Amino acid sequence: MKDKPMSDNNVPVLPEGLRAGLEEIGAGTLERLHARLAAAAANRHLVDVSYCTVDSPLGPLLLAATERGLVRVAFASEGHDAVLQTLADKLSPRILEDPSPLDSVARQLEEYFAGARRRFDVALDFSLSSGFRLSVLDHLPHIAYGSTESYAQVAQAAGSPRAVRAVGSACASNPLPVVVPCHRVVRSDGSFGGYLGGAEAKRTLLALEAA
Amino acid sequence: MGKPPFEKVVSAHGAVVLRVCRAVLGAHDAEDAWSETFLSALKAYPELPDDATVQAWLVTIAHRKAIDILRARQRQSLPMDELPPRESPLGIPGEGHPEVLDAVGQLPPKQRQAVAYHYLAGLPYKDVSALLGVTPEAARRAGADGVKALRAALIQPRSAASQGADR
Repeated sequence: MKDKPMSDNNVPVLPEGLRAGLEEIGAGTLERLHARLAAAAANRHLVDVSYCTVDSPLGPLLLAATERGLVRVAFASEGHDAVLQTLADKLSPRILEDPSPLDSVARQLEEYFAGARRRFDVALDFSLSSGFRLSVLDHLPHIAYGSTESYAQVAQAAGSPRAVRAVGSACASNPLPVVVPCHRVVRSDGSFGGYLGGAEAKRTLLALEAA
Repeated sequence: MGKPPFEKVVSAHGAVVLRVCRAVLGAHDAEDAWSETFLSALKAYPELPDDATVQAWLVTIAHRKAIDILRARQRQSLPMDELPPRESPLGIPGEGHPEVLDAVGQLPPKQRQAVAYHYLAGLPYKDVSALLGVTPEAARRAGADGVKALRAALIQPRSAASQGADR
């Protein structure tokens, strides 16, 4: 899409006094209008994906929800703009920043990171996953807080004992990290294995849950 | 890659759409027009062709919403054939310069719209002429006359702009 509105080469320029007088916008005006737009759009069911960003011990997390539930949690390392573009491509471009549908998730994450919550009670929208990956994600919440399973154990539980590598890629592409605890899946030798938020993030989560 | 998230459209074009609505309608009705414009745009966004010029599309929607609001306003007051002068924007601090917005409100509607769409939104005059239903030459003249009248009003702000404005 073209962002430049000009098709004339001569960009129209207003005399200085007029330009300032017509263009100045008060501080906070656009933010206020945006909040009003988000509320009205939600009311009329025009938004397909709402999102916000919250701070966490793992850095800023992007949270995105559809009307069905939480659809995406993303680490900063994934590139939040790239993640939003993927949501636009795969789900719908009707995406607005609006923290209110995510209030409950944000509060539960805060409690979790403070050690005051062991499981999440939020509706989840798994429409970004399918097939075997979905079976793996379905199983992950059954791994208890503070414990871990090996990739082989998860493969068994998801119904394909030999699909150990596929469990690895299902975890690596988990659209709902932290909330759907792929960090509780580790290598058979007890080492951490990979994590889409980085090895340090996985270490932090497992240490938090071991405390 | 398809369309960017609609949020990007709001952040890239929100300010321009507000300036256009403010020039055409005045500060009070501008915010309603802004909201209605982006709600309509959000609804239609998935069907917008990928190669469309987003800002021109938004200005077209804003133009229609402004006409809706002006018509509704006329129904509530006196019946008129032409768009009425805008209400005074005074009393909303920080939203443009009152004397300039006031002077825009005193312009004939076509001049006001031509200034908003060409000078504030950057639409070429051929697009402005399509929106206003006039020839490109008439659109160009309306824009130039509008700017000339505004400069004159600013040189003598106490006589031209303040007279007729209801304070």
